[in-house]
Amino acid sequence: MKKATPRDHRTDVVETLSLSELTMFCDTNAEWVVTLVEYGVVTPVTRATPEWEFTATHIARARKAARLMRDLGLNVAGVALVLDLIEERDALARKLATVGLAI
Amino acid sequence: MTDTAHYQALGVPKTASADDIKRAYRKMARKYHPDVNPDAEADAKFKAAGAAYEVLSDPEKRAAYDLYGADWDQPRPDPSQDPNWQGGAAFDERDINPEMFRAFFGDRFGGGAAQPDQHARVEIALEDALAGAKRKLSYQTPQMDNAGHVTLKTRTIDLNIPKGIAPGQQLRLRGQGTGGADLLIEVTFAPHPIYRIEGRDLYVTLPVTPWEAALGGKIKMPTPSGAVDLTIPENARQGQKLRLRGRGLPGTKKGDLYAVLQIVNPPKLSAKTRELYQELANEQGFNPRANLGV
Repeated sequence: MKKATPRDHRTDVVETLSLSELTMFCDTNAEWVVTLVEYGVVTPVTRATPEWEFTATHIARARKAARLMRDLGLNVAGVALVLDLIEERDALARKLATVGLAI
Repeated sequence: MTDTAHYQALGVPKTASADDIKRAYRKMARKYHPDVNPDAEADAKFKAAGAAYEVLSDPEKRAAYDLYGADWDQPRPDPSQDPNWQGGAAFDERDINPEMFRAFFGDRFGGGAAQPDQHARVEIALEDALAGAKRKLSYQTPQMDNAGHVTLKTRTIDLNIPKGIAPGQQLRLRGQGTGGADLLIEVTFAPHPIYRIEGRDLYVTLPVTPWEAALGGKIKMPTPSGAVDLTIPENARQGQKLRLRGRGLPGTKKGDLYAVLQIVNPPKLSAKTRELYQELANEQGFNPRANLGV
C-alpha cells in the first residue's frame, strides 16, 4: 500500500455520493437520510434503496439540513420549509440582480 | 477587569436573566446562521454569539467571566483567596476531559473530536473556475493532544480548484479530514462584478441604446475569454435574453452565456438627438399604455 505523505493531496470533484458516504459526511445515520428523502429535502438519483446515490445539489442540501437542525434545533419538517424558502429567496435575489437591484 | 464583549455579542445588558440570554442567543443564531444569511459578516456574528452563549449560559462560567473578563478561563492559584471572589467552583478549562467537551460543545460542534468538519467551504472567484487555480484553505477542527485536552486547531491545506467547477459542487480531499477521514468541501462563488453565475450558465447585463435596440446589428459584448461581436435582432426588447452557446463554465457539460439587454438613454440629450427624437414622436402612432386604458 502506498504511504500517504502530507503533500500527497488527492482532490476529486464529487459526482455522486452513496447513502453510506452521505451519512458519514453529514455525521448522521441512514435513518435520518431516509427521513430527509421522505420529506423531499433530498432526492436520490435512483429510488432503489441499496443503490441510493446523491448528486452535488442534494449533498449540499443534506449537509445544510444537518447544520441547521443541529444549530437551530429544527426538526425535519422545519428544515424542509427553511431550505425551500431560502432557495426561493435566493432565486428572487438573482432575479432582482438582473434588473440591477439588491435585497 | 470588566469585559462585556460576550454581552454585546448577544445584544443583552449585563443584568440579563438566563432566559433573556437564551432568547437572545436563539434569535442571533437564526438571524446570522451562515446557511441562512449570505452576508460576509454573518458567520463571524454567529460564531461570536455561540462563543458568548457558551460562557453566559453556564452560571459558573458567567460568574467567572463577570469577574475576570476575557481571561475568565485562565488558571488561577486559588480563586477563594481573591477578595473579589464571590463563591462558586474553581474552573480550569484544561481540566476538561473529552466527555465534558462533548457535553459542552455537542450541540454546536456536532458532537466532539472525532467529527468530520461539516463547515468546510471555500469561496472562489469565477476566474478560478474558468482556468483552474490553487487556493489555500484554512479551517478549524477540534483536536485532542496526548494528555486528552481538546483544542480548536486551525489547519491550512493547499487546494487544487479544478477547471470548470460549478457553484454547489463538492470537492473530496482524501485523508484530509479529522483522524485521516476524507474532507468534503463545498465550493461557492464570490459575486462577480460583470457576470452572474447560475449553475453552469453565466449572465451579463448588456446595456444598449434605444437606437441600437431599435435598429439591431452588431455590438461588442464581454465574455470570459474576451470581447466578441453580438448580433442584436431588430426591434429588440428590454430584458431580452440572447444566448451564446458554450460560453459559460467550461467542462464536459459546457454552460451557456446569456446577454440580458438593458435599454439605456444617454445621460444628456444633444440638440441633434432631441431633434431626431421629436421627428420620431411626430411620426409614431404607438401607444404603449393602451392596455392601461389611457
